[in-house]
Amino acid sequence: MAFRNYILVCGGTACESSKADAIYEALMAECNAQGVSEEVQIVKTGCFGFCEQGPIVKILPEDSFYVQVKPEDAQELIAEHVVKGREVKRLLYSKDPVKRHAKVEDIKFYQKQYRIVLRNCGFIDPENIEEYIAREGYAALEKVLFSMSKEDVIEELKTAGLRGRGGAGFPTWMKWNFTKQAASEEKFIVCNADEGDPGAYMDRSTLEGDPHSVLEAMTIAGHTVGAQKGLIYIRAEYPLAIHRLEIAMKQAREYGLLGTDILGSGFDFDIEIRLGAGAFVCGEETALLASIEGRRGMPVPRPPFPAVKGLWGKPTVINNVETWANIPVIIIKGGDWFSQIGTQDSHGTKVFALTGKIRNSGLVEVPMGTTLREIIYDIGGGIAHDKAFKAVQTGGPSGGVITKDYLDTPIDFGSLSKLGSMMGSGGMIVMDEDDCIVDVVKFYLNFSVDESCGKCSPCRIGGRSLANLLEKITKGNGEMADIDRMREIGEAMKKASLCALGQTAPNPILSTLHYFRDEYLAHIIDKKCPAGKCKSLITYSINPEKCIGCTACARKCPVGAISGERRAVHKIDPAACIKCGVCFEVCKFGAVDVR
Amino acid sequence: MAESVKVEHIPSLKQVHEMQPSEILPVIDDIIAQYKGTKGALIPVLQSAQNLLGYLPKDILVHISESLHIPYSEVAGVVTFYSFFSTVPKGRHMVRVCLGTACYVRGGKEVLEAISRDLKIKVGETTADRQFSLEIGRCFGACGLAPVVMIDEDVHQRVKPSKIHEMLEPYRDAEGDGHENH
Ligand SMILES: Cc1cc2nc3c(=O)[nH]c(=O)nc-3n(C[C@H](O)[C@H](O)[C@H](O)COP(=O)(O)O)c2cc1C
Ligand code: SF4
Ligand code: SF4
Ligand code: FES
Repeated sequence: MAFRNYILVCGGTACESSKADAIYEALMAECNAQGVSEEVQIVKTGCFGFCEQGPIVKILPEDSFYVQVKPEDAQELIAEHVVKGREVKRLLYSKDPVKRHAKVEDIKFYQKQYRIVLRNCGFIDPENIEEYIAREGYAALEKVLFSMSKEDVIEELKTAGLRGRGGAGFPTWMKWNFTKQAASEEKFIVCNADEGDPGAYMDRSTLEGDPHSVLEAMTIAGHTVGAQKGLIYIRAEYPLAIHRLEIAMKQAREYGLLGTDILGSGFDFDIEIRLGAGAFVCGEETALLASIEGRRGMPVPRPPFPAVKGLWGKPTVINNVETWANIPVIIIKGGDWFSQIGTQDSHGTKVFALTGKIRNSGLVEVPMGTTLREIIYDIGGGIAHDKAFKAVQTGGPSGGVITKDYLDTPIDFGSLSKLGSMMGSGGMIVMDEDDCIVDVVKFYLNFSVDESCGKCSPCRIGGRSLANLLEKITKGNGEMADIDRMREIGEAMKKASLCALGQTAPNPILSTLHYFRDEYLAHIIDKKCPAGKCKSLITYSINPEKCIGCTACARKCPVGAISGERRAVHKIDPAACIKCGVCFEVCKFGAVDVR
Repeated sequence: MAESVKVEHIPSLKQVHEMQPSEILPVIDDIIAQYKGTKGALIPVLQSAQNLLGYLPKDILVHISESLHIPYSEVAGVVTFYSFFSTVPKGRHMVRVCLGTACYVRGGKEVLEAISRDLKIKVGETTADRQFSLEIGRCFGACGLAPVVMIDEDVHQRVKPSKIHEMLEPYRDAEGDGHENH
């Protein structure tokens, strides 16, 4: 190492929002002030994945892992760790404060992970191409340009068995091969970075932490199938990822890795960014292409598939960000190596955004075949606040729930669909006893209804009817016949909708009707919401045994529904209460009951 | 996507800004020139125009339609399809409540209701004094810190419904002047 210490500051979105920039500046200033700026290199990296504990600072070579760092801590970190060589114990990560873990490898969150896609996230400065190159970056492109035939590349992907990570799991080599074989002067390569699943941010983190891996992969595809132009369709809501992609493209052009005559091979390829304009359905490939063409993003029936007839009618390879990020590694290490990882059905790894009622929220990458239990308990540290596990949802608005009886299922594309859920793009939301299944399903369904493009009626009308039925049930007006009605409408939508949005929108209902029928029945027959979520079915009251008359709730109630003298038991007027939950939140004595 | 704004109801620049189109059109022309030769330029042009003005008034849409030789009905159709585009001006501060799944299960809806109560506006609306607009977002990539609210560029984490007023306070204009537009 040329420097005495390397300090890595997480610059992912979550940490940036917790003042990672200010921490970076403060560390710089302290190094100068303490006269060690020559000996220390400070790098802002992509997301470390351990977002719950952010902002994170890692110091090498000791590999010390500091969490929840504040700009004010910079002085101590430099003075103690760098100057005196003593770790700052109070900032090290630990589940129990007595025994603090010092090293990254001691942290359970990372032990069961296996990083291919996120190989560089948190290790390199994404705004510096040299750091990517230093970790075998663009070596795959060089190999493809100079020592592999186009057929070899396809063959390698076939051996690897890479399946698309955007949701459907279609074999990547087949898509590439269709486009390669299509006769056309002009072909296109598209990166789908629209990431529509409302609870997920894997693609965003990959682009923020390692933009070159996607650029390199797209260039490889261009060469293999005979395309000279690539487009990245990315959500406008991802300004940091867009910024880093722009820097990466500029640097790649300067290094002769993008643009004309790449690496002197005579091959020309360039990439352009197109911003999405806020329509979930544009994540669907045919809608996405319509949007790039400047039209309303409405799906069209396939076939023809984009691989044969895509953007402006030309053959187009369209892959998801995570799919792209796998490609350079497969080229370097070989398809055989990749196919050894994972299960029979699905090779390689999958990145999940593990969120919800989990102790350690964050991004995790695990080999296919890892069980849900390992992800939730070993990596995620179990359920937050020691509540009881209820279900885990995968596949976003197209997926379903998985209950505790199935936590030992090794996850891959096949096993998740067998359980009535799906892999999806990688959202994994953990729910606990306080979550109402009917309410969560209503959330997903309303999402699909809002985002339906409205082109075909099964999706438009069916979705609306399902949402209305769920609303009726959560209002306490449900009847038993509604259950069958929902099932019938759901099945009809599955069969008759034009695109996968409508075909999969009923999945959350169908899956929970199967696993959580009792909870629907509680809403319909007993008119009760067991989790205490559905407003029409709950009441707030104050337990006279526990209330000490601190007045906190009465002061905070937005509608003045709470009365009571200081140090006397308080009382809620049920007629005035709007069930906002504020009193429950502010009472420090647990005296507010929700029933 | 529900077509919430009828095409014929899109207000003009003069109606909301009291500005003459002649002051803005040359800038719009510059934007259009940048995308000359780009296939599918309509959406990028609309995005740039909205970034400039904060919304898309009717005269601008008509001008874009004429310059790009795309029928006005098609331009308006695109504008109403995508949620990014707005045909009404926004408040000075944009409050975006994340209603991604992680934020939803960690109480995002209650936060949204509390903000809506405090500002006395619904999602998609702007306060009468044009200080705040309220919108929802889907996953800001900070799920570990849920529920999350973004006010302009600031991310507020682990927001509690009981603390909403305090959170909004620093953004409130002390004089409460209702005249500014941006
Ligand atoms: C409603 C809908 C939304 C989708 N959203 C996304 C998305 O956000 N990101 C993505 O990569 N694929 C999404 N897809 C899948 C794409 O249509 C397409 O299968 C994918 O981009 C192909 O890439 P892959 O083979 O690498 O997975 C969506 C599909 C549907 C039906
Ligand atoms: S299924 Fe829904 S989203 Fe898909 S084309 Fe039909 S209306 Fe549009
Ligand atoms: S739930 Fe809200 S409205 Fe009802 S008593 Fe408590 S604070 Fe007041
Ligand atoms: S769901 Fe709100 S930040 Fe991800």
